[in-house]
Amino acid sequence: MMNILIAGVGGQGTLLTSRVLGKYAQLAGMDCKLSEVHGMSQRGGSVTTHVRIGEKIYSPVIWEGGADMVIAFEVLEAARVKHFLKEDGILLVNDERILPMPCITGAVEYPSGLKASLLQEVNRAYFVPATEMAESAGSAKATNIVMLGCLCRLFGFERDVMEQAVSECVPEKFRELNLRAFDTGYNRVK
Amino acid sequence: MEKTQNTNKELMLTNRAVARGAYEAGVRVLSAYPGTPSTEIAENFVTFDGVYAEWAPNEKVAVEVAVGAAVAGARAMACMKHVGLNVAADPLFTSSYTGINGGLVIVVADDPGMHSSQNEQDSRYYARSSHVPMLEPSDAQEAKDFVKLAYEISEKFDTPVLLRLTTRVAHSRSLVELCEREDVPLRPYEKSVAKYAMMPANAIVRHRFVEERDSELAEYVNGLSVNRAEYTKSKIGVVCSGVVYEYVKEALPNANVFKVGTVHPLPIKAIQAFSQKVSQLFVIEELEPFIEDQLKAAGIKCKGKDIFSLQGEISVSKILEKFERLPVPVPDKVPPRPPVMCAGCPHRGVFYVLNKLKLTVNGDIGCYTLGAQPPLAAVDTVLCMGGSVSMAHGFKKATKGVSNNVAVIGDSTFIHSGITGLINAVYNESGITLIILDNSTTGMTGHQQHPATGKNLKGEPAPAVLLDDLCRACGVKDVSVVDAYDVAAVEDAIKKGIASDKVSVIIAQRPCVLLDKSPKPKAIVNGCRNCGKCMKLGCPAIVKGKDGISIDPVQCTGCGLCARICPFGAITVEKEGV
Repeated sequence: MMNILIAGVGGQGTLLTSRVLGKYAQLAGMDCKLSEVHGMSQRGGSVTTHVRIGEKIYSPVIWEGGADMVIAFEVLEAARVKHFLKEDGILLVNDERILPMPCITGAVEYPSGLKASLLQEVNRAYFVPATEMAESAGSAKATNIVMLGCLCRLFGFERDVMEQAVSECVPEKFRELNLRAFDTGYNRVK
Repeated sequence: MEKTQNTNKELMLTNRAVARGAYEAGVRVLSAYPGTPSTEIAENFVTFDGVYAEWAPNEKVAVEVAVGAAVAGARAMACMKHVGLNVAADPLFTSSYTGINGGLVIVVADDPGMHSSQNEQDSRYYARSSHVPMLEPSDAQEAKDFVKLAYEISEKFDTPVLLRLTTRVAHSRSLVELCEREDVPLRPYEKSVAKYAMMPANAIVRHRFVEERDSELAEYVNGLSVNRAEYTKSKIGVVCSGVVYEYVKEALPNANVFKVGTVHPLPIKAIQAFSQKVSQLFVIEELEPFIEDQLKAAGIKCKGKDIFSLQGEISVSKILEKFERLPVPVPDKVPPRPPVMCAGCPHRGVFYVLNKLKLTVNGDIGCYTLGAQPPLAAVDTVLCMGGSVSMAHGFKKATKGVSNNVAVIGDSTFIHSGITGLINAVYNESGITLIILDNSTTGMTGHQQHPATGKNLKGEPAPAVLLDDLCRACGVKDVSVVDAYDVAAVEDAIKKGIASDKVSVIIAQRPCVLLDKSPKPKAIVNGCRNCGKCMKLGCPAIVKGKDGISIDPVQCTGCGLCARICPFGAITVEKEGV
């Protein structure tokens, strides 16, 4: 049983990431449930999607303290959902800050030292500059696929199956770019 | 890990599974109004061959269309979110009396936890009060199966059937096995005034029929396999339905479980038998004690809302907390990230002006509800679809016309139910000012067509209602159309409107920026004095720094709103192609 929570900011591609993982589960012949929320939760707000893969899945939603892995596309969002992690869970974070509106207007400050405290609190925390890596691979929009490459390695998923899942989930004209992004992510972590 | 056979299965959004179920059940006609979390049902159904599907202007129309199609002999469906069923309650209650000819299913999607809604009402009570059976599936496969069962029940008992989803069911994906479409011929329509024309003499007779049907259904549901007991060696028993069943199986794998598939009528006898085999019975349900109250009324001892809240969603961790005394891990306190109007949103300038003029703003349901958030903070009231126009009229009448209020509504919402309020304001002479934010789409639910966009659900060209002509036809003399990006023109029009004692309508036009895929011009900052004026726009692309603002080139759409309001001309927008 694998519970993967994906957290990000509306528009960062959390939905695509969960759909690739869903495709992976299907290709690997496993049961799978995904949960996503559409509507008001988008528009630049916090977004989470839930991926559960295993022999037989009931709840489509991961619970607090139940995630084997949390992937966050932004540092503040990692801190927001950290409590979903199991004690020995893996936290994978894109080392990027995106200011939420209350910080843009100056109502509250973006907390300093988040990265340091997450690294201290979570035994298995990984920070990767996924946005920059995606840019080098061809487009910042492939940040989610860079993260997926990291996840694939950290979790020991079958690389070729995951690449097939990526290929099947992205439009053909962006396939090469995304596979490049996947590769940089995969090679980044050990 | 064991591999399961799922080669013939598709990982499917439950809303698509509902559409697929309707397709396989031979449904010919579907009518819906978009509303999260129900929107994708119609969008998916229309992709199947040989079916008819449409966006209706509102949910009342959608249900009436579906009733019409069903009485004419076709299997039909109407879909909406929970608050939409309030709008459609009128045809729902009386279609319960007339019954159907071809099968009729009305899908209603509740939103416990209010991910995208203005309340968290519990639609199960509609089933009970309208005497219409209601099924509640737990995942995508069940959703598809339950749709088919719903049509069987509908035709067997001559009744509409409600299918209830909640956000976590509607917007989750799980594996679904596909089947062929059943060929369901159109049933012949036979004139029967006594059955289909509801007036007192006929309705009295049909009401008796409804009561008899209720009794038959109450008996029938006890034998349905969708209502089933799952026994273990545990002493406790849990009654649950929908997504809560999935949470219970996850959190309490050893408990006896009674899974309710028909939340109305409840399989009381079957639950009674289940209750006798357990020493302690719990009802775990989201929102109201709908099941619990009925079990207690039937003399079945159980616990429910004395343990769980009436508010929000149930979760695996909440069940573990109550039953296993495991504390729910709490989140760290971090700054919130609320949804915001997109960079380049054509609504932004209007709310900037409304805030600047310090007007009382009666708002409505849509993306522009976000105009209530700081720093725009320009919306005072939000009630329901179309409520802005009528509430503004009420404000005027209460204050004998001196209140400085305006109504703001989107184009889709205006067509949905704003227009009746406008007719009222003209007829009863309140002199309101109504701003229609016309972005040529239904924005918040993800860009659906509506009667004023010129396209239908399939995206094919369709006759378009012209909003300015429509307002004039309602008797509004003062109708102006402005470019939503032109804040000076917007401000002039609003000032003119509130100075007048006649009803005036301002249509602020500009398509939703997310629909415009053309290359975007760039905004350039040069000589910013950090006065902070542009920060009042609440644009996510503008970031304040110590030495002035900067504009995020990824988010910026080059709308030029900030350039228009900068008092020092420090922002310029590069023209396209430069």
